[in-house]
Amino acid sequence: MRKPFLLKFLLAAILLFGNSSFANEKEVEKGKDKKTEIKEFIEHHLQDSHYFNFYGTTDEHGKVHHVGLPLPVILWDNGLKVFSSSKFHHGEEVAEVDGNHYVLYHSKIYKTDAEGAISYDEEHHPTNVRPLDFSITKSVVMMIVTGLLLLWLFSSLAKSYAKNNSIPTGMGRFFEPIVLYIRDDIAIANIGEKKYKRYMPFLLTVFFFIWFLNMFGLTPLGVNVTGNIAVTTALALLVFIITNLTGTKDYWKHVFDPLGDGMPWYGKIIIYIILVPIEILGLFIKPFALLIRLYANMTAGHVVLMSLVGLIFIFKSWVGGPLSFGLSFAISLIEVLVALLQAYIFTMLAALYFGFASEEHDPGHEFDDDAELAH
Amino acid sequence: MEKLVNDFSFGLFFWQIILFVLLLLLLRKFAWKPILNAVNDREEGIKDALAAAENAKKEMQNVTADSEKLLKEARAEREALLKEAREIKDRMISESKEQAKVEGDKMIKQAQAAIESEKKAAVADIKNQVAELSVDIAEKIIKEQLSNKDKQLKLVDDMLGDIKLN
Repeated sequence: MRKPFLLKFLLAAILLFGNSSFANEKEVEKGKDKKTEIKEFIEHHLQDSHYFNFYGTTDEHGKVHHVGLPLPVILWDNGLKVFSSSKFHHGEEVAEVDGNHYVLYHSKIYKTDAEGAISYDEEHHPTNVRPLDFSITKSVVMMIVTGLLLLWLFSSLAKSYAKNNSIPTGMGRFFEPIVLYIRDDIAIANIGEKKYKRYMPFLLTVFFFIWFLNMFGLTPLGVNVTGNIAVTTALALLVFIITNLTGTKDYWKHVFDPLGDGMPWYGKIIIYIILVPIEILGLFIKPFALLIRLYANMTAGHVVLMSLVGLIFIFKSWVGGPLSFGLSFAISLIEVLVALLQAYIFTMLAALYFGFASEEHDPGHEFDDDAELAH
Repeated sequence: MEKLVNDFSFGLFFWQIILFVLLLLLLRKFAWKPILNAVNDREEGIKDALAAAENAKKEMQNVTADSEKLLKEARAEREALLKEAREIKDRMISESKEQAKVEGDKMIKQAQAAIESEKKAAVADIKNQVAELSVDIAEKIIKEQLSNKDKQLKLVDDMLGDIKLN
């Protein structure tokens, strides 16, 4: 694939600045041990946040100044509570709303008293009540931004098709081959010529949504949306729902009667005691694997990348600095590839599951089931 | 696993579902359907155009074959016509030759016959005239010879001499 120079340059710039902005934030709390500090920072980064922070600085008194946007907090705690996250002052103050007190602890909101006391159990987990949190967090903001970007991008592409006699121009030249690839090599290849059309919107949306969010995760904004288990769970759940709602008779027959007519019923009973639960379990394992794969890959990428950046502050030497910079740069490039790859794998596997679900056996091929078992 | 469950944010899950489904519906209506339709139409258009070109090519070939066939036929016809004309010419020539010959022969024969008859007539005429002349001459000779007695006697003697000789 031939990339334009400008794109390469932008990419390099983004990666460079991305790393340096993380670096700024790290110089925050001087008192703590560097290693625990970096570990905490990475953990914090992997989690969702109620702020949209760009960077933070420390003044001469050791006080941290965050530069960013506070986001709306929406809680369900015996009624809807909506307030700005600036009330928490980055976890330093107790927010009082309608006589209730809330505190932000490790990016999570707990209900507390006026002093903001938090009680812990033996494993140092807070035991305070957690109200249902529907806040517009950083991840939600990024999802909205990505959604709007996709909408703008592809609806303008659609419009340009209408205008230019179905010939792609500008961005369309870049995105059309991808759309066609998803259609020809993912959808048609796995689902089949007959039924692929109704799955196309989902496959295209999920591919571009994941890809764009993965790419945003590599920018200095540092949002780790696709590395969040709730997000991947939601995507996998949609795949699960679509797969099973569009399942054909043959699909369900394959689950509950995998051997078909290949064996007499008395022979099947013994095998089915084991086989049918496995098949039913398989229905859930498939989307579960999807959600874990995406989550783990993106999280791991972020952890590795940020740990390598963190090494600079541990080594603090002329060797360690450039070395870890070089390594993190290399990993960043790999992450760009992984961002695309994970989007591809998710889409590909979703298409594969849809293909299983919408499969219809030819009456002429009665031995298909046996052939599948043999593999 | 415990950490995963602990990290699971129901709010984010909720928003993700809502936003994703909304995005899916919007994109389907405003982007994917028009894009896929446009691409499909374009592909169909290309396919049709290719088929049309193929058809045109075939038709072209047909036309060429037709015209070649026509040309061949025309050439054959011309050949046939020329051949016929040549045959007619030859026949006419030979016929007229023959006729001329027959005619000529006939004329020659007639001429010969005419000549023959003329000759015969002439000969007969000459014979008659000769006979008359001979008779006249003989008459004159005889008249002269028999004008005196001596001569008559001499003649008789000669005649008798000849008879004897015979």
